Amino acid sequence: MKLNLRLKIGITILAVFTLSSVFLPFFTNVDPSEQGTYFRNIPMSWKHPLGTNSLGQDIFWFLIFAIRNSLLLGVAVSLCTVFISLIVGLSAGYIGGWFDRAVMLFTDSLIAIPTFPILIVLGTLVRGRTNFVILGLILVIFGWAWNARMVRSMALSIREREFISTARFSGASTLDIILKEVFPYVYAYMVVGFINSILFVINTEAALAIIGLSKVEIPTLGSIIFWALNYSAMFVGQYTWIVAPVVATVLLFLGLFLTSTGYNELFAARRGHS
Amino acid sequence: MGLIQYLAGKIVTYLLVLFIGITITFLLPRWMPGDPIEGYLAQITTQAGQTLTPEAMEELRQTLAELYGLEGSLLSQYFGYLKRVFLTFDFGPSLASFPRPVSEFIATALPWTLGLLGTSTLLAGISGNLIGLLAGFFHNRGFATVLEVIGVVLYPIPYYILALVLILLFAYIWPVFPLSTTIRPGPLTLDKICTIIRNSVLPALTLILAGFGWNILGMKALAYSTKQEDFVAFARLKGVDPWTIMISYVSRNAILPQVTALALSMGGIFNGALLTEMLFSYPGLGLLMRTAIGGGDYNILYGTITMSIIAVATAALVIDLLYPLFDPRIRYR
Repeated sequence: MKLNLRLKIGITILAVFTLSSVFLPFFTNVDPSEQGTYFRNIPMSWKHPLGTNSLGQDIFWFLIFAIRNSLLLGVAVSLCTVFISLIVGLSAGYIGGWFDRAVMLFTDSLIAIPTFPILIVLGTLVRGRTNFVILGLILVIFGWAWNARMVRSMALSIREREFISTARFSGASTLDIILKEVFPYVYAYMVVGFINSILFVINTEAALAIIGLSKVEIPTLGSIIFWALNYSAMFVGQYTWIVAPVVATVLLFLGLFLTSTGYNELFAARRGHS
Repeated sequence: MGLIQYLAGKIVTYLLVLFIGITITFLLPRWMPGDPIEGYLAQITTQAGQTLTPEAMEELRQTLAELYGLEGSLLSQYFGYLKRVFLTFDFGPSLASFPRPVSEFIATALPWTLGLLGTSTLLAGISGNLIGLLAGFFHNRGFATVLEVIGVVLYPIPYYILALVLILLFAYIWPVFPLSTTIRPGPLTLDKICTIIRNSVLPALTLILAGFGWNILGMKALAYSTKQEDFVAFARLKGVDPWTIMISYVSRNAILPQVTALALSMGGIFNGALLTEMLFSYPGLGLLMRTAIGGGDYNILYGTITMSIIAVATAALVIDLLYPLFDPRIRYR
């Protein structure tokens, strides 16, 4: 198994982001979301690597916590959506018939409906009372459809293979076939789907946060931009406040994307040889 | 599958998408904790300073319930809602600037969104697919790798980051374009057209760059796999020159899945356009929504969302209906 370049770069970026955002918070006892902890608008220094913002928060620590929270939300929601899409996709693809058609019409509709406006209404209705669990649940409801479509088309193509018939004729139950014969094939695609789902979740939460419809008091990659825009960071010359989250987001997303396409490439190559 | 079946299938999906989308927008406010009418009444009471008598309050509550279509059972409300939306495009009056109807606001905003979205999707589609075609067809040349890297880097970057970077670069550090859109109402003169274009460059560029990566990567993969097919090898052995092979053999086949994928991604592209409009204060549906969120104007919010669902579904349907023009296999079967 030889790692390709994309996978190497992607995993390196992800490792740096994950490790630093998980372990660095142990080295500070200041809550970065607390306002007025430090003097305002301190420029970059050893004590404050990215300076402090107009709310008296340390930008570096806010960013670290933001990356951690965004990643956490992304991973938690994506685990749920992958689980749902596996169940929906595998059952639709394997059972087939009217069941497949009905489920796929619903899935396709969910893909075609622009979700952002609907999330905006939900965000407006629960504004102020929202928490991360509710937000995560909403993202789960709107996030599983694309992956389910992919799993289903995989299951469809595998269904006709000989080893499935062999299993059926030797008396394996439908559940057995799905779990033991079909799932291993779909697994690699789910890894890719899982990473893409993390991208979707972080992106959507950030989009909602920027227009103030998420829990903006909690540091996330979106809420940091929300506060920077609200306090006109660009006009008062606080570049680090806005540039740091932009650079962090670009790197993180690039890392996730490279890992997912790199893994896909690796798996395709392995399939070709075996 | 003949042409008729193809079209019928697409139209059934279209109607289903509309039905599910509009049902969700109907049910959302009714499932949510908190009553929009009570919220609005509370807002009025704080503004009016407790001067309303209980009787006047009750009357106002009745009127609002009627305006919202909250009278009667859930089922009759539902049918009333469907009838109003589909037959008359009636979303009730705006709450913040009563009694101007919501449909009037939407009618002013929609052309901006459609214009911005249409232009940028078209430009991103043409240029992105062209670059992807070159990168996929000449995959072993140096420049192809450069083009692919551009696609890989652009693809995962979300809309709001692109918008922020463009604002930072071209409205702040090197201020050639305005920071947010200001277009005064008035007759359409040459001067005004110039203002509109100047104000639209950055939002459009955001959408184009976002669509770019997707188009490049998709087309690159398709062109590369089409190039491996037997009919392309045959053409090459026959002595057809590479450019003709690329344009009439590879691109015509590789573009087909891209068209289908575009119809499916309309929703995602629209989401990005809304956010971009909000960040640039571009006077389309996105800005209308943002204003409605700020003012708690639920009628405008629901009207805009219903309209977005209809617009996206219709755009996807139009692309699907145009598809037989690209693919003769569906036309002549």
